[in-house]
Amino acid sequence: MPTSIRRWAVAVAALALVALPADALAKTEIHFWHAMGGQLGETTNELVKQFNQSQSEYEVKALHKGTYPEVLTGAIAAYRQKNPPHIVQVFDVGTQTMLLSGAIYPIFQLLKEQEVAVDWADFIKPVTGYYSKDGNLYSLPFNSSSPILYYNKDAFKKAGLDAEKPPTTWKQVGEVSRKIIAAGGAKCGFTTSWPSWTMLENTFPWHDQPFATNENGYTGLDTKLLINGEFGVKHIGQLAAWQKDGVYSYGGRMGQPDPKFINGDCAMLIQSSAVIGGFKKAITKFAWGTGQLPHWGPPYKKQNTIVGGGTLWVMKGQKPADYRGVAQFMKFISEPHQQMWWSLTTGYVPITQTAIKNLEAGYHFKKNPEQWTALSQLSAAPTANSRGHRLGNMAQLRDVIEPEFENIFAGKKTAKEGLDAAVARANEILKEFAAAHKP
Amino acid sequence: MAGSTIAASDRVAALPRAVEARRPRPFPWETVVVHVLLLACVAVIAFPLYYALIISTQTVQEVVARPPILTPSGHALENYGQAWTRAHMGRLLWNSAVVAVVSAVGKIVISMLSAFAVVYFNFRGRQVAFWMIFVTLMLPVEVRIMSTYEVIGNLGWLNTYAGLTVPLMASATATFLFRQFYLTVPNELCEAAQLDGVGPLRFLVSFLLPLSWANIAALFVVLFTFGWNQYLWPLMITNTEAMRVVVIGLQDLIPRTGTHVPEWNVMMAAAMMALLPPVAVILAMQRWFVKGLIETEK
Amino acid sequence: MRRAVFKHRGLPYLLVLPQIVVTLVFFFWPAFESLRLSFFRTSPFGDRTFFVGLENFQRLLTDPEYYRSVVNSFVFALGVTALGVGAGLFVAALATQKIRGLAAYRTAVLWPYGIAPPVAGIIFLFMFHPSYGVLPYWLSFLIDYEFNWLLKGWVAMALVILTTAWTHVGYNIAFFLAGLLAIPQSVLEAASVDGAGAVRRFWAIVFPLLSPVTFYLVVVNLIFSFFGSFGVIHAVTQGGPGGATDIMVFKVYKDGFIGLNLGSSAAQSVILMVVVIALTALQFRFVEKRVTY
Repeated sequence: MPTSIRRWAVAVAALALVALPADALAKTEIHFWHAMGGQLGETTNELVKQFNQSQSEYEVKALHKGTYPEVLTGAIAAYRQKNPPHIVQVFDVGTQTMLLSGAIYPIFQLLKEQEVAVDWADFIKPVTGYYSKDGNLYSLPFNSSSPILYYNKDAFKKAGLDAEKPPTTWKQVGEVSRKIIAAGGAKCGFTTSWPSWTMLENTFPWHDQPFATNENGYTGLDTKLLINGEFGVKHIGQLAAWQKDGVYSYGGRMGQPDPKFINGDCAMLIQSSAVIGGFKKAITKFAWGTGQLPHWGPPYKKQNTIVGGGTLWVMKGQKPADYRGVAQFMKFISEPHQQMWWSLTTGYVPITQTAIKNLEAGYHFKKNPEQWTALSQLSAAPTANSRGHRLGNMAQLRDVIEPEFENIFAGKKTAKEGLDAAVARANEILKEFAAAHKP
Repeated sequence: MAGSTIAASDRVAALPRAVEARRPRPFPWETVVVHVLLLACVAVIAFPLYYALIISTQTVQEVVARPPILTPSGHALENYGQAWTRAHMGRLLWNSAVVAVVSAVGKIVISMLSAFAVVYFNFRGRQVAFWMIFVTLMLPVEVRIMSTYEVIGNLGWLNTYAGLTVPLMASATATFLFRQFYLTVPNELCEAAQLDGVGPLRFLVSFLLPLSWANIAALFVVLFTFGWNQYLWPLMITNTEAMRVVVIGLQDLIPRTGTHVPEWNVMMAAAMMALLPPVAVILAMQRWFVKGLIETEK
Repeated sequence: MRRAVFKHRGLPYLLVLPQIVVTLVFFFWPAFESLRLSFFRTSPFGDRTFFVGLENFQRLLTDPEYYRSVVNSFVFALGVTALGVGAGLFVAALATQKIRGLAAYRTAVLWPYGIAPPVAGIIFLFMFHPSYGVLPYWLSFLIDYEFNWLLKGWVAMALVILTTAWTHVGYNIAFFLAGLLAIPQSVLEAASVDGAGAVRRFWAIVFPLLSPVTFYLVVVNLIFSFFGSFGVIHAVTQGGPGGATDIMVFKVYKDGFIGLNLGSSAAQSVILMVVVIALTALQFRFVEKRVTY
């Protein structure tokens, strides 16, 4: 064989040797879009790394796409361009949008078709209640939390109160606040982050009150809000009265009121259990503890709060072979070991009974009582009023409710007027959603 | 006012000479008052940047101290380092630079060509072309936001440098500037060139271009700043950290909620890094910048 | 005016082609698409579209939130313009009293223009932060009032107006300087010989001569703050609190990208198009007389 041809043959053979095995070894990529920034983002990456190292066929690529709304918008845009990610983390208020979209591959179906066995009964009830349809789980809860009470133990001590006994009823909240303000322990009694989520969306189910008609939207699309009923007016009215006294200090939306608590300006804060981890780092000036979300007591039943946070949805339109990897990832995340690790590291609640039992057995909750608080609110079996919310365009509903809060707490409207206005607009938004989803 | 504006901008740019031309006058108190007022204005205008700079050198404890500490501290290196790594500043700054430079150069080239065609040729549709370019002034991004997003998506240009820069390249203001300028070039030049057998493209490159450098420099400074500071456009069409520009990438560092330790010092360090390039360009080339601003008042 | 031209058949078309193509693809086509979309209602995932005629527009025009955003837009634009042009005139007038150091002063006030409004917004956000900012701290010694822009709508609006005016004042100063320097010294000297004081000189003579520049700056500032202010709002207040800084250009983004209501967003775009056409026509009609081909 002439030298030149031989050289070519060697080259081609070498190329083949290099090219083929590389191809055969390439893992299938699975794209996972999420909204976890900062510390949480790093923990998410760690979780994904654990999965990738546990098997060699699939590689999950986690991508921080921005805030929850940005992730959702991005996923929708990508879907419309026929290039969606495999898994997308959507916040609780996006549930209805996702459910009715026709773009998702329900979890229960995915796992069934991929023949991946999962013990559905092991998931805690409030979780399955929110994200199931007809008893089947459509999306997998990823970072679940519930609103709880945070309180400044040092301020309590200064007022001569028992620092290990946070108030459990709203009446006590009022009394405690006044005592602390009088003793100079803080400038205000309490403030609330995510006002609509904590004071309405969770307070109603906590007291077994209906937030909206059609069982909070589960049984029909022609839903209307009920927050301007007797219970709503009573609760928000009390907050408005307290705002005038300085017992309550409205601090804005989302997490904006947090600095008031961290600075010691307010003695108590109602916020998601998700910030426990962050607070451990950020609060260095005083000792603090947690308690359950306050309750009005009789005649209202103490029911359960709702799981907030984000869940993982699987998108349609991927290569069939990829879905096996997706199913394996989902199973991986819901295994007790991962649940426990995730919960310990982030402060989010574990969503399976097994994980919870294991954590109890390890005295985890004795050592970290604040992590039990949220779980204790999620243990009762939900009623029709406390399963969750199935409301379309729910993020926009918050955008309608919270400005009215601002009107109420600024004294511009009474509680009834503000809530009525919010309900009127909200019902319009719900009607629009229903119209856009005519079957 | 066109002629006098251009002359005035040159006058502003050539100030040292103007000072020499003045006769010295007796020293009125008015002058002192004016200087004091002006210095006060400068101080007020400069304060935010000064404050940002100070904060970017402090520790978190110093940042939240009461009363606020207004003198520099010694932690600049750590803060800037942190901002660099946490916000992936290197990548962000690179992306901004690409967008700014490519869109500026692209705009200049395309506008020059169009203005040249519109001034130096009598072709059918010249009016139409001119008005089409003009109308773009009335179609800012906000007016075509969702549909432009769809178009970019359909082209597959989402999250690409092409998507970030090409749509920015149509600029009516630059075209008008060049058109205005070409109209002031004497006819004789063109006639002489044609007599010499010079074709239109060579005319453009060898005759017009050398004359245009002043305008090009001025435009470049303005367009660079404009491109660097683009916000809505990159926000819409980039969705990965790798493609974000710096004015948007900053957002990730803002301590918005209570769970963020209030690391405003790192945030300010990042902000300083984001604003420095265009400000530096303006300071270094301010003559051109002023000229560019004033002459694009079309 | 007879111009020297080149006689080429095809070349001019080739030369304008790049700009025309970009203009068609990225300006005209999307503008028409916006117009088309405004007559439809679309589900978020795009799988369902219904023709609804003028319903999106009807809904907007009966929506108090929308009117609020219109009012906010005007308040914002007028605030930025008044503050920016006013301050610009003041500083420029001062700077031309005493020529020495003019270049230095001009440099010292021009550079904020290079700072992107959203970045300036972040700096101002911190300066005005209710818990950590220096300005509320100082103000608390003067007035016992909580300047909390997170809660009080008007404070938030003042914050974004201040930020935007700050970045833009250098632009106004540059133009005023050019205009002021174009006024013949002889006119000013004649006035001072007549015994007119500096302030009277200014209002009686200088200001009227400056009116073309002033008018131009007012219109440009209005257009800029009406349309170019998305960045500040998005970076600083996100339209809050309670919609107090929700301006029209922000609402288009919010309803379209976040609310996923494409029809309404498109309808809002169409209305904005009308506004900008009106403003631009105004600018060209009364300020520029050279556009007539």
